[in-house]
Amino acid sequence: MTQRTATQEEAYLAASESFESNGASHDPAWARELRKDALDRFRELGFPTARRGNEEWKYTDVMPIARVPVRLGAADAAATVDAESVAQASLGAAQWPQLVFVNGRYSEALSSVDALPEGVTTVSLAEAMRSTPDLVQPHLARFAGYADNAFTALNTAFLHDGAFVHVARGLRVDDPIRLLFLSTGDGEETVAQPRVLIVAGEESSASVLEAYAGLSEGDHLTNAVTEIVVGAAARLDYYKVQRQPEQAYHVTNTHVAVERDSRFSSVNIDMGGRLTRNNLNLVTLDQDCSCYLTGFYMVTGRQHVDNQVIIDHAKPYTTSRELYKGILDGRSRSVFHGSIIVREGAVKVNANQVDKNLLLSDQAEADTKPAFWIYCDDVKCGHGAACGHMDPTALFYLRSRGLDERTARGLLTRAFLSEVIEGIANETLRGQIDGLVADTLREWLGDVG
Amino acid sequence: MLQITNLHASVGDVEILKGVDLQVNAGEVHAIMGPNGSGKSTLANVLAGNPSFTTTAGDATFEGESLLGMPPEDRARAGLFLCFQHPIEVPGVRLDHFMRAGFNAIRKSKGMDEYDVLKFDRLLNERVDVVEMDRNLTKRSVNEGFSGGEKKRNEVLQMAIFEPKLSILDEPDSGLDVDALRIVADGINQLRRPDNAIILVTHYQRILNYVVPDQVHVLIDGRIVRSGGKELALEVESRGYDHLGRPAEATQASG
Ligand SMILES: Nc1ncnc2c1ncn2[C@@H]1O[C@H](COP(=O)(O)OP(=O)(O)OP(=O)(O)O)[C@@H](O)[C@H]1O
Ligand SMILES: [Mg+2]
Repeated sequence: MTQRTATQEEAYLAASESFESNGASHDPAWARELRKDALDRFRELGFPTARRGNEEWKYTDVMPIARVPVRLGAADAAATVDAESVAQASLGAAQWPQLVFVNGRYSEALSSVDALPEGVTTVSLAEAMRSTPDLVQPHLARFAGYADNAFTALNTAFLHDGAFVHVARGLRVDDPIRLLFLSTGDGEETVAQPRVLIVAGEESSASVLEAYAGLSEGDHLTNAVTEIVVGAAARLDYYKVQRQPEQAYHVTNTHVAVERDSRFSSVNIDMGGRLTRNNLNLVTLDQDCSCYLTGFYMVTGRQHVDNQVIIDHAKPYTTSRELYKGILDGRSRSVFHGSIIVREGAVKVNANQVDKNLLLSDQAEADTKPAFWIYCDDVKCGHGAACGHMDPTALFYLRSRGLDERTARGLLTRAFLSEVIEGIANETLRGQIDGLVADTLREWLGDVG
Repeated sequence: MLQITNLHASVGDVEILKGVDLQVNAGEVHAIMGPNGSGKSTLANVLAGNPSFTTTAGDATFEGESLLGMPPEDRARAGLFLCFQHPIEVPGVRLDHFMRAGFNAIRKSKGMDEYDVLKFDRLLNERVDVVEMDRNLTKRSVNEGFSGGEKKRNEVLQMAIFEPKLSILDEPDSGLDVDALRIVADGINQLRRPDNAIILVTHYQRILNYVVPDQVHVLIDGRIVRSGGKELALEVESRGYDHLGRPAEATQASG
């Protein structure tokens, strides 16, 4: 097994060579330097394994991920995808701007950015590195450190394709900017390593939707890194919706840095994938910021979803709220590790973390582990966790009003998520996500009305 | 309409109903009184099909059909309604949506057309008046944050919407102020018809001044120990339950 992983790591190193000499060779020197450095680091780190005594990966076995054949998405994969399938896989409204990626490769033909207001840049990362390096270089790989994270190192070693979103100072953008990552191929596994950089200028207000969907089955591996910088007094709503096929592997590292007086919200939704691991790291760079990190996951069969959220309250007067909810059926498994760090001197920090799980079967299992690292006295931190089956009294109440058992179960399950869904600021998305939940439950439970 | 014979029911290994006999005909109102923990709510829940209870002996038929083994939704569809003593809060489910879903499920089961939102809203607006309930309350999550009185009104509101043949009202009067009691009682009376029936569980004679029962039954330790006219409620009110004796004696007396 270990042998196999070692060869896989070599395969990535070999893939990097051909990658460097092909499409990515035109990238600026600084980007190529960055890749080289990250590749060296990946070579040293290797994939994290339990054998290496890695606490962070204790509950999630990366062996299957490390075994996915290294086949980087081909540039021409987009040719097999038509506009209709893009439209079907998309969330939001058709007129909202959207960048589309197929197997990690940017497709200009499938993207539509005509509706972008002036002052908003939404381009492929490769293009942004060439045309506006002064906007990109200062932020890229600044927060997503790869010194001790093999997946981030690997992503950075292949940094080229991806998205760059920049919202100019003071600008208010109503419609969410969409990034859609599709995986496709006839049972041919691919490895996609998209990189996203979102920079919200001072006093700007915008929202970004990062969505992952699969057009075909297959052991696709997505290893994404997203960096988000929220400028002073800016507001950013960030949505991430993962609906990959049931065999897909999905690893993301998201790093958020918020400036003074800013407000950041994220909604992280996982409704697919065989093995999903989301690392969400947020750091407050200055005081008076508020952050709302919410999300839900719905898993069944043998699906495994692991959310690691680390909030670093580096500065005083900062607030964070975390609310994650999980619905688990079959033999699925969820892990939620929420860490809250309050640095020395970060007075009046107010942090609260909640993870609740509803188990629809006896074989499903949810693990919740909160951790607090508090180096300051004058703070308020709290957490709540719950895990249980559906309340039989509630079920009976609904049935006593004429609803059949399935419908009643569906209604209560949707209701369990409503706290998160109602927090989705964008009305169109809120409705669509509620619909996706209903569709999923219909699949799981039968018709839920 | 309802025929209960020698009904025994338990929770786990604990027997709570120890042989209940009761007959309720169309057009009648039956009051059930009894000390705390005597099994009144258990009886109501068993009739409505709460799966937490198991019936171990006896039978209960509704319009000639045995209720035993019938899922709760089928009982509701057949026209049976339970007004809960402690209505549960269901966060995230909007009351009006929930009522429409139940209402339509019942109609659908009878092959009747379902009500769209507009049509149902009209019905709802009309029925909230019966219990003088604030229509805005129906836009909130079911019972979430409702006061005790609001929860009771909500139960009676649902009864008014579903228009059941047999309503089992488990203490609809508990925790109500005088005005609310009169409103709820008026509501119940408005829903009284020759072709439906009501079982009213209560601790107080007071509501029976408004909703006048045809019969009053006293349930003690899982058995009906006395039945009588409305004057039995007055007797209970003034003398309590002690003089009505232990159920063993009652069985002897009647046997
Ligand atoms: N789910 C349950 N599990 C265990 N015991 C139960 C359960 N439900 C009822 N009981 C017991 O059964 C007995 C009868 O309860 P029930 O609720 O029927 O009484 P009641 O007559 O309605 O009382 P009250 O007037 O206080 O409402 C009580 O001793 C109660 O503790
Ligand atoms: Mg009771």
